[in-house]
Amino acid sequence: MSFMSSAANFFTSKLSDALGWARKYSIFQYPFVTACCGMEYMSTAAGHYDVDRFGAGFPRFSPRQSDVLFVVGTISQKMAPVLKTVHDQMCEPKWVVAFGVCTCTGGFYDNYATVMGIDTIIPVDIYIPGCPPRPENVLDGLMKLQEKIQRGEQSRTLYDPRTKIGRPAYLQQGYSIQEHIREKESSS
Amino acid sequence: MTTETRSMLLNVGPSHPAMHGVIRLIMELEGEKIKGVDVEIGYLHRAFEKMCETVMYAQCFPYTDRLNYVSPLINNVGFALTVEKLLGIDIPERAKYIRVIMSEISRVTDHLTCLGASAMELGAMSAFLYMIKAREYLYELVEEITGARLTISYVRIGGVKADLTPDFADKAFQKIAEVRKVLIESDKLLTRNRIFFDRVKDIGTISAEDAIAYGITGPFLRSTGVSYDVRKANPYLIYDRLTFEVPTGTKGDNLDRYFVRMEEMEQSLRIVEQCLQQIPDGPIAGNLTGEVISAAKMVDKAKMGETEGLIEDQVDLDPTLQGSTKKYYAGISANKKDVVLPAKEDTYGNIEGLMNHFKLVMYGHGIRPPVGEAYFPVEGANGELGFYIVSDGGDHPWRVRVHPPCFPIMAALPKCLVGDMMADLIPTFGSVNMIAGELDR
Amino acid sequence: MTPLQRIQEKFSIEIIETHAFRGDETVVIRPGALRTVVKFLKETPELDFNVLMDLTAVDYLNFAGGKIKKDSRFEVVSHFYSLKHNHRLRLKVPVGEENPEIDTLSDLWPSANWYEREVWDMFGIRFKGHPNLKRILMYEEFKGHALRKDYPFNKRQPLIGPAI
Repeated sequence: MSFMSSAANFFTSKLSDALGWARKYSIFQYPFVTACCGMEYMSTAAGHYDVDRFGAGFPRFSPRQSDVLFVVGTISQKMAPVLKTVHDQMCEPKWVVAFGVCTCTGGFYDNYATVMGIDTIIPVDIYIPGCPPRPENVLDGLMKLQEKIQRGEQSRTLYDPRTKIGRPAYLQQGYSIQEHIREKESSS
Repeated sequence: MTTETRSMLLNVGPSHPAMHGVIRLIMELEGEKIKGVDVEIGYLHRAFEKMCETVMYAQCFPYTDRLNYVSPLINNVGFALTVEKLLGIDIPERAKYIRVIMSEISRVTDHLTCLGASAMELGAMSAFLYMIKAREYLYELVEEITGARLTISYVRIGGVKADLTPDFADKAFQKIAEVRKVLIESDKLLTRNRIFFDRVKDIGTISAEDAIAYGITGPFLRSTGVSYDVRKANPYLIYDRLTFEVPTGTKGDNLDRYFVRMEEMEQSLRIVEQCLQQIPDGPIAGNLTGEVISAAKMVDKAKMGETEGLIEDQVDLDPTLQGSTKKYYAGISANKKDVVLPAKEDTYGNIEGLMNHFKLVMYGHGIRPPVGEAYFPVEGANGELGFYIVSDGGDHPWRVRVHPPCFPIMAALPKCLVGDMMADLIPTFGSVNMIAGELDR
Repeated sequence: MTPLQRIQEKFSIEIIETHAFRGDETVVIRPGALRTVVKFLKETPELDFNVLMDLTAVDYLNFAGGKIKKDSRFEVVSHFYSLKHNHRLRLKVPVGEENPEIDTLSDLWPSANWYEREVWDMFGIRFKGHPNLKRILMYEEFKGHALRKDYPFNKRQPLIGPAI
């Protein structure tokens, strides 16, 4: 490896770091608020929890101006095409946050009217389960998203209900928290 | 010179920044004047009624939480009261007071959210932040009792889940004082604000006759001058013992609705204060003199047959179940073994309690109201919230119908909008306080 | 005289059944008499039911409580309220399985307009004379009527995405 190419690598990696750093602290979010989770979204955005501390205090209500799509609340089958359109209208790079358990897996609305997880329609980067998630939980998810933005990663895949690939294990049916803790302990 | 005028169709929603809720309006505009409106709903249809048919009565509560998610406690109370009517049972006084306290706190949070959000949509961001601050105080209060902020499932058929904490009254008075302060501040920010005032005055007017014909209830009807409030007309729980006013407007415009909501918050706080003063102490079980042991230890002791002194022991419960121990249980739930879960000490400590618990929670058992039907209206934050339940004598409801207060208001929305300017859509829609979860169910 | 007694007196032939279970006065009438009875409810000064509080339907397919015949699988249930006299009445009309159709109330109470659309959407009961009878909660592409007992609760008909 020549000196020149490694220098170029060095600069591009530094450049992407800097870009990631800039991006993660200036999140322009599009709140796609449909249901109950909107109340906790409001709480998170208002003074008490103050999402502005994380550089995400500026909701843009045009999908073309935003880079993170917050899907807040249940998506019904009637709403699904709208969500897809909004997601398609966003410019790259874009991230999607599934806010609340209805958007993650469908939750207890396992019926004819609701979409069982928005990751069957659009790729999801961060899942924030909870019904609705507490504001602390939302901020935790936001920080995880920031880490992901810093690394420059984006989710591109959809969840396939037949093969059960594309959704984190902790959101799958039959997942055991004990097993999860054991795995974490053994890996560390 | 004459210019040709043509009307234009403008589509607003389902995901629109200035509309907190998923709804689609197709407006026919002439210049900026609204000539006609077509309202399309159903974007948050989550099959509440169908889901209730597939689960047992007690399991419907989580679904009712998510109907009007801004004031879930009122939904809980409404559903519980309907099932109790079907069963024909009464609940202890203390539980009634607790239900009223929680409902009224919920009503305040609902109105705060409605006014705050609609003020924000008119550009008054600081009023929104102030009101959400006040709502946060009330959420803390709710969380203290129920263990959750928003979707609480606190009410049970035949009572409530947990008793009030010992220092609840002090805390509540403190928070109410804080909320009052915020209300005064927001009143200054909004009522004396020329921009806000001009944008809501004489906008979105509806006449009393129209409102009645469309079946509208709640603040929306009261703003037109009709003083109909379920709490006064058909008092339930203990509302007949409380003094409170039902504010009414005169013109039925957005400003009247704003004033009615502001005044209702004040009245609700008044009700909470009265309840806190009047609330009777529940009968506290006196024979619990034993030590406080953990739930697991109690179960072990009972299983191993070490029953000596077990009947007097108290159980140390998980924080989410606090307040539902035997000590407080008699005060907050009806003495009906076929409806109400036994106190936790009984469930962990003796076989009768355990069997009783199982008989109520196991699939195929559960609460079984007699064959029949019942409708019970309560005053929700947006108007009359009625549950209509048909029972076939089984453990699942045969049919649960909820009469959502938003639904008739949305049907009448074109009446309010036609003739106004396009920009007036935002304050009018805000004053409706449409909650999609309740509208579409 | 309660509203129930007044109706019993006036329309004794048209009434199938009455009860006041838990104090809710209920009257079940023949479908043909619906319009005359509701006009009487609305226009009699002593009754003055000026608010149609709720209108819905119930599907009694294989009802465990018994008593349901083939020609009355559905029941359209309306709740009336009088602001002036502060009384309530529940009016039920049986509707058959084949060709479920009854008269509309939307010209008498505008609030019935959307309620009837919802009943059509969820139960597939048509309302004769309704100005705009189309689906309200579900989308037009949806096949079947979701709240019928023979519609499986988790049978999805997605517009996009997988059907599971």
